[in-house]
Amino acid sequence: MIEQVSVFLENKPGHLAELTRALANAGINLRALMLADTSQFGVARIICDHPHAAKAVLDSAGFGVSITQVLAVEIPDTPGGIADVLDVLGRAGVNVEYAYAFVEPGQNAAVDIFKVDDPAATEALTVAGINVIAPDRLYAVDTVA
Amino acid sequence: MYQPQYEAMPRNELEGLQLERLRTVLRRVYDNVDFYRRSFDAAGVRPHADSLAEFASYPFTLKDDLRDAYPFNLFAAPLRDIVRVHSSSGTTGQITVVGYTRNDIDNWADLMARTIAAAGGTPDDIVQVTYGYGLFTGGLGVHYGSERLGCVTIPISGGNTKRQVQVLKDFGTTILACTPSYALLIGETAKEMGVDLSTTSLRAGIFGAEPWSENMRLQIQELLGIKAIDIYGLSEVLGPGVAAECSEQNGLHVNEDHFLIEIVDEQTLQPVHDGVYGEVVFTTLTKEGIPVIRYRTRDISRIIPGDCPCGRTSKRMERVTGRSDDMIIVRGVNVFPTQIEQVLTGIPGVAPHYQVILGKKGAMDTVEVHVEVAPDMNFDEIRGLETLQHRVRAEIQSALAVSIAVKLVEPKSIERSEGKAKRVVDLRGKQQGA
Repeated sequence: MIEQVSVFLENKPGHLAELTRALANAGINLRALMLADTSQFGVARIICDHPHAAKAVLDSAGFGVSITQVLAVEIPDTPGGIADVLDVLGRAGVNVEYAYAFVEPGQNAAVDIFKVDDPAATEALTVAGINVIAPDRLYAVDTVA
Repeated sequence: MYQPQYEAMPRNELEGLQLERLRTVLRRVYDNVDFYRRSFDAAGVRPHADSLAEFASYPFTLKDDLRDAYPFNLFAAPLRDIVRVHSSSGTTGQITVVGYTRNDIDNWADLMARTIAAAGGTPDDIVQVTYGYGLFTGGLGVHYGSERLGCVTIPISGGNTKRQVQVLKDFGTTILACTPSYALLIGETAKEMGVDLSTTSLRAGIFGAEPWSENMRLQIQELLGIKAIDIYGLSEVLGPGVAAECSEQNGLHVNEDHFLIEIVDEQTLQPVHDGVYGEVVFTTLTKEGIPVIRYRTRDISRIIPGDCPCGRTSKRMERVTGRSDDMIIVRGVNVFPTQIEQVLTGIPGVAPHYQVILGKKGAMDTVEVHVEVAPDMNFDEIRGLETLQHRVRAEIQSALAVSIAVKLVEPKSIERSEGKAKRVVDLRGKQQGA
């Protein structure tokens, strides 16, 4: 499992810019940013190089921040890549709450992030020969508090 | 008790003392203040009441009368005898000015010494006076009482919350004096600074100057690890020191040897029986600088019937949960912000910091309550946040009997007050027909 930074955001102009600027000023590099919104508020989900430092920066900037454990899976850039992963999770009885993807520069595969309700998902995927990405490939593990 | 001869005086003696002092003050205002001479003459009452019952027919004094007298026209002593002035906070319009003679300041110090003693204070205590110093009566009022009782008095005034925590810890403060909303901020700030207040010497707080709920008391007591005592006063009558809880925390003992309390029906303005809610009306019995006669406070309370186990014989008024000035009328329903506070302090996941935004949509009043999400909430779960929002909305609606909207806002985004919290923003005048 890897650590994702989840941030509560009121719907107001310029607010996401403030969030990303705060991280930029702290020298934190984003790998992925996904926004979910409701009519009242949004949640920004961030994969970055220093998740705990990011939480500390955003906490002190007054944001509501949580660290969330999510699954990162490498998916080959071919038709059916994501369907294979979801089949494995479905057979293992794992629910996916949300998912999003990003591509690392120079790679032929996408990184898909899944929020799942069952930690056994990692093992099911590994047994099925799917490449579950370890934290150290995405961010500096030494910043983990 | 700091002055048991007065605080525990037998009721019949106390009422005799009140009548005697009332006659003095009626004569003083009639002879020295145009306003009272005109209002007594117009109402056909004499500057001499034969009984406390007769006094119930005297005319009221209103906040507007004090405003009209700005700055000094209700003073009953010549300026050469006035040694200090204070003013109201002006939260509800033009400020009003009050003046004190040397005797007034002296009595005030005694009354505040009583207040601190009733909260368990002794000359061994260290009192951190975090009420604002200046025209506001809070800071200097508590200050003089604390010195009178013989406590170490820290005149730190409001603001710079981290320094408040530092001083509290380093000086060994035992009693904190500030508004309840600022007490919460001090508690939160201490937590952020990694200071565990339960390991400090702090053991009591005397909190007032704004209405607060019983749940908020419990929250402050837990967060700060102290006994939170409610104190009551208003500049027009004195400042802090008019009434205060004892350690029973069940109603505020009115200093009846200095203030005559009446509760009157809000509509008919007739006195009500003990136990019945109404508007609180005060007459000052000893003040020389600016006595007030039957001053309508706009505060809603009642007299708690029965005796207090502490031995004080004075009447107890129930904590003021609403000032009719704070009362919002929404679609014809009376709403007090403290009702919202009471709900919020009972819901995990939200902080007791809120703001009520009143607006208009066509002819309809709209109410949007902004509520801070607690910082330890799981912010990844949209469903959890939505459930929280719906719960807050449902519980506030059921408490107020008015439909409202709720907006969850970020932790610490609602401005913290170092004095009186600003709970209501009324945009209705600006949004007519929007």
